[in-house]
Amino acid sequence: MSGLATSAAKAYFGRRYMLCASHRLHADALTVEENRAAYGKCNNPHGHGHNYVIEVLVGGPVDGETGMVMNLVDLDRVVNEQVVERFDHRNLNLDPAFESKVPTTENFSLVLAAILRDALPGGSLEHVRIEETENNFFECYDA
Amino acid sequence: MIFLTRRATFSASHYYWNEAWPPKKNEEVFGRCANRNGHGHNYTLEVTVAGEPDPVTGFVVDLKWLKDVMEQEVLAAFDHRHLNLEVEEFGPGKLIPTTENIAIVAWKRLEPAIRKAAGAQLSRVRVYETPEIFAEYRGGR
Repeated sequence: MSGLATSAAKAYFGRRYMLCASHRLHADALTVEENRAAYGKCNNPHGHGHNYVIEVLVGGPVDGETGMVMNLVDLDRVVNEQVVERFDHRNLNLDPAFESKVPTTENFSLVLAAILRDALPGGSLEHVRIEETENNFFECYDA
Repeated sequence: MIFLTRRATFSASHYYWNEAWPPKKNEEVFGRCANRNGHGHNYTLEVTVAGEPDPVTGFVVDLKWLKDVMEQEVLAAFDHRHLNLEVEEFGPGKLIPTTENIAIVAWKRLEPAIRKAAGAQLSRVRVYETPEIFAEYRGGR
């Protein structure tokens, strides 16, 4: 590429995915009353569901040949295989990741950040943001 | 420190093509985006400036001024244009107008004008190609 050489500059690429899943917020260490007080409706015994929006942000140098931080096809493959197929139309409480962890969206973002940190090229994950509803979102920054 | 963001939209066409590669490789890497007849998007440009509120006005920057800067430096050149054919930073032998490069070019166009304004600095440029795809640039940081 001539002219503007940008290959050394760091840029960021983000993509949004949707998955539908159910969960129930309940901590085994708390009493029935304490669970009710902590989680309210989210503690209802049979769970409930959300359309989660998963925003994945990767960062790195812009490749001089492609003009890309990461090919969207490669990012899609990793996120679909590792995240969407695993959690979409599932009950989060039954996933091994939540065997001893309450599937709050905070914890879900930590779980997804750990999965994607391992599955994406080293150091490329910047953050995972999960929108549980239009008004709630949670972000986990990869340190 | 306050971060103030202004959003604007522009519509443009583009295609992805690296002149140094044979057609087959371009088609493999860029898929449908390599179609030489181009395709288009409704882009959203988000510009974030950082600074302290002015003690008199309470503004980090005047939003009308920021709107005009975005219009003059970016939208006037990009909106309803073919990025490969009509924007000087892109095209054969130059940058491929990926979302990443659009964010970088927008930064380079905006930064000198915003630097001249007292009290604020450009913090982030984010470009949405679709509601699901965006790139951002923080000056290479």
